[in-house]
Amino acid sequence: MTFTQMFTSSVGKKLIMGFTGIFLVLFLVVHAGLNACIWAMDGGVMFNRAGHFMGSNVVPRILEVGLFFFIFLHIIQGYMLTLQNRSKRAIGYAVNYTKGSKWYSRSMAVLGTILLMFFVLHWKHFWVPSRITGVEEVTLPNGLQVHNLYAVMQSTFQDIWVVVFYVIACMSLGYHLAHGFQSAFKTIGVHNKRYHAMISTIGYGFAILIPLAFAMMPISFYLHWVN
Amino acid sequence: MAHNNLNLKLKVWRQKNANTTGAFVKYDVNDISDEMSFLEMLDVLNEKLIVTGEEPIAFDHDCREGICGMCSLYIDGKPHGPWQANTTCQLHMRAFKDGDTITIEPWRSNAFPIVKDLTVDRGAFDRIIQAGGYISVNTGNAVDGNSLPIEKAKADASFAAAMCIGCGACVAACKNSSAMLFLSAKVSHLALLPQGEPERKSRVLNMVAQMDKEGFGSCTNTGACEAACPKEISIANIARLNKEYLGASLTAE
Repeated sequence: MTFTQMFTSSVGKKLIMGFTGIFLVLFLVVHAGLNACIWAMDGGVMFNRAGHFMGSNVVPRILEVGLFFFIFLHIIQGYMLTLQNRSKRAIGYAVNYTKGSKWYSRSMAVLGTILLMFFVLHWKHFWVPSRITGVEEVTLPNGLQVHNLYAVMQSTFQDIWVVVFYVIACMSLGYHLAHGFQSAFKTIGVHNKRYHAMISTIGYGFAILIPLAFAMMPISFYLHWVN
Repeated sequence: MAHNNLNLKLKVWRQKNANTTGAFVKYDVNDISDEMSFLEMLDVLNEKLIVTGEEPIAFDHDCREGICGMCSLYIDGKPHGPWQANTTCQLHMRAFKDGDTITIEPWRSNAFPIVKDLTVDRGAFDRIIQAGGYISVNTGNAVDGNSLPIEKAKADASFAAAMCIGCGACVAACKNSSAMLFLSAKVSHLALLPQGEPERKSRVLNMVAQMDKEGFGSCTNTGACEAACPKEISIANIARLNKEYLGASLTAE
């Protein structure tokens, strides 16, 4: 048994999905937490300061490389697993068995594809201007010159279709997490009944709260709840 | 209880052998007692087919008591038919209404090639079990009850896993044709007992390798297998299998 064999077996491929999934879950907490600074009602001072920290400090920058690596590993492995699994039943059923499982647990690839389309748009809106094409700068009360990402959010979320697409993506994220969160822990081997019940409950709570927080961001800007 | 006779329409998958393409064939079966078992209903149809000179429908069955794991059949979109925790042989016609159309399909998985009609070759399961190796249990008189202490909770969990009859309903139900509920039951029932301790690591590694070689898919924890299992094998066994596999991969020599 070599290290590669371990990760290329049917159980190992799932381990990759589980471990990367849990890393991405942790990332969502950080992302939602930092973005929640828009609700500080200070004209974006706290949010822009947080954004500046993430863009200039070496630790988040290293983590960003890991994030891109893990997100693409999760996506590529996910698509490969889906294709491989589909190929295992050359002739399908006339009547499909749908009662034994939740629709979203069977639709992880579709939900993931919606999320991938969202990422492309999301990176175009924020990551590309911030890292490559440049963002207008603003001076914080302490004299620090930072990217005015708050203004970028304000202008991006004036378009109703962008807001609608972001909300759809958040719903996809919610359902993806509703299955993925607890499934990831099962995959890495949590089989204790008590912990599993706890993880399932936390998972459903997470799948509702985090996407809801994300969805409220474009809605808050569109409806001018924050200025 | 009132006794009813049913008139039913059947849509049955007919396929001469593994090399030919199959198709659904429609049959009418009349005057079927609702006290009959599902397999008896098929017996009645087969006798009618034999009398008319047609080839009878091939389907697997053996004990007809729900304990051997030989019967299969994917009935109206569920392995072993509409009842929960039940095998096809223990499914009775009172589960259906007069005039119903029942669709009967074989287990569908590349790893379970069709032999004929509704019969599939489940030899892959035997080869996975063989890959697991052996445990030593002395023959002769039964050992004294408490000579080998086993924690009650572990004994119960092991017994629950050992309930698996290897029918293949988990593979048939899974959208990925994954055999992991079966495999996890086989790995769990030995891993939880002291008798399974020798070869514990090599067993899980070899069985997973054999499962992959047989062409089953990967588990995505949808839970369809658990819902379709006639013996209600818990999906928690799959999580235990994952733990056993991860542990064995990292520590086996």
